[in-house]
Amino acid sequence: MKKPTDISNGGPLDGGHYAAEKLAWARDADPVGAMPPRGTVNESGEPTVFLDRLGERIAFERSGVRLYEALIVKLEASDRQQGGPTREDLEHIRDDELRHYAMVRDAMRRLGADPTAMTPSADVSAVMGLGLVQVLNDPRSTLTQCLEAILVAELVDNDAWVLLADLADELRQDDLARDFRGALGQEEVHLEQVRSWIAAAVRDQAGLGRTPPQPDARAP
Amino acid sequence: MTLDIRNEKGVPLARQVFTWRDMAGPPYSKLDDDAFTRIRVILMNAVEAEAVRFSHACARMNQDLQIPLAQVRRIEHHQQTMVNWLNPPDQSPLETTIGFEQAAIEVTAWVAQHEPNPYLAQMYRFGMLEDFDHLYRFAALMDRMSGKDVNDLLQSYTDVRPGRPTALEHRAPANDVRNPYDGHTATAQTKLNALTIVSAEHQVHDYYMNIGPIFADPVARMLYAEIASIEEQHVTHYESMMDPTETWLEKWLLHEATEVWTYWSCAQQESNTVLKGIWERFLDYELGQLQFVMGVMRRAGLHDPEELLPHSLPEPVKFESQRDFVRKTLANEVELTAVGAMVVPSTQEDQSNIDYRDQLDALGSPSEIIAAQYVWTPGTELDRIAHATH
Repeated sequence: MKKPTDISNGGPLDGGHYAAEKLAWARDADPVGAMPPRGTVNESGEPTVFLDRLGERIAFERSGVRLYEALIVKLEASDRQQGGPTREDLEHIRDDELRHYAMVRDAMRRLGADPTAMTPSADVSAVMGLGLVQVLNDPRSTLTQCLEAILVAELVDNDAWVLLADLADELRQDDLARDFRGALGQEEVHLEQVRSWIAAAVRDQAGLGRTPPQPDARAP
Repeated sequence: MTLDIRNEKGVPLARQVFTWRDMAGPPYSKLDDDAFTRIRVILMNAVEAEAVRFSHACARMNQDLQIPLAQVRRIEHHQQTMVNWLNPPDQSPLETTIGFEQAAIEVTAWVAQHEPNPYLAQMYRFGMLEDFDHLYRFAALMDRMSGKDVNDLLQSYTDVRPGRPTALEHRAPANDVRNPYDGHTATAQTKLNALTIVSAEHQVHDYYMNIGPIFADPVARMLYAEIASIEEQHVTHYESMMDPTETWLEKWLLHEATEVWTYWSCAQQESNTVLKGIWERFLDYELGQLQFVMGVMRRAGLHDPEELLPHSLPEPVKFESQRDFVRKTLANEVELTAVGAMVVPSTQEDQSNIDYRDQLDALGSPSEIIAAQYVWTPGTELDRIAHATH
């Protein structure tokens, strides 16, 4: 019979067994799912990766609407801080997310695919987003913590729009590429706004001024 | 196809073995597999959970049976593990909840149509309309909290509409207790039906009690608390339908027979080849366990198991959409309540039910809050307000 391992003096840092076991599972595993076969989602002849990414954006933007709705609730529950968002700011972004959803939904339809189907990338993206839903809907989280959760979403969203617009360019989907770059422009504004709200909140909580000192102000 | 459960020997207990890899094997695909695959996994997890639950209660009351119960129970536990671990990790607790409610609706609707006792059939229809409403409430939660469409899970087999409003399902405890079937005269179908549905409901209750507190959203937490309370009522409702004068051994035998019947049903209809293999393997295990319990009964000398079991099983549970039946039941029977052991028109509501609800809902009803004005729409309700862009 095996004796219990003596760990009283600490052992070497060896995650080898753990990693090896996971490696074996990863090599054998099937993906979470396949793109729905032709005749359901994909009538378009477009590469499935493009439709998969469009499906992901549809799901993400729709969830984004719900995240901003939760953020609006959080804002209403919080003390207003200078440099922070107003209700109108957040409603504006929420409405942008809804428009982006409609834009990709309609694009998916024009390509002959089903915009209501959950694609593999949409599924995995929703798994990633579970933590954001938790933070934003927790009555105990602060407005700043919720803004940080939204920042995660906006960072991902920005990169996803870049990728999608580039992909549309490559596929000669010029109208879509133009629309997607338009959305990207709006998402870039969202990202900058969220960053500035977080910076203002954290500086305020640290007892500093609202805006960081400019480089020339520090010059001797 | 029939199955002679008294003579099929199955796999002996000694050969019913597992490894950890076996038990934690690859899950089904939430995206690719049929919704009824998820339903079968949910149902069989429930049936195994009931086997373990019953076995522990039985052991506490029967010292002579403790060792044979422990032997079978360890296997049932590992079977439950293997079945429950088939659920994929990308299926969130709320998504699994949708699967639980779909399973409750579709399987109970089938049972209601195959229950020879008209009183019990009505009780299944009564409970089914309540689970039907839970699906609607959880659909609203998924849409409004996460922006997700439940139909990705339901795969259009099941409607999403209000049933008997959850807020009206709360009843005083005495009004959830039903009249039992008579074990001497009831058919095998009646006994297997009851045990299958009480297993499913008990597991739904336990699942909600475990996952309810992991939600951060306060309305989600309240909604799970509210619906878990109804599931507790449903366990009371369904378990009281079973003959309480059946002996412990009889009940044990019936549990094994139910497991045989349900695995047999799953094995015949499974579209996922890996899972079909698991259902077939476990059908053989259950036949072996049934033989084992028959042996325990014979040695105890109290019953002849041959007399308690039917020659062949009832027809398999059909895993298919029961939409038409559900709609018809909804149209005819939604405005009912329960008073004593009887289902009656809601116009005859008992004051004790009203008082009980008034107290619980004194500070608001979560199921009403989450679903206010909710209408399920393909692609979520946001799709209705998101205007066309071109």
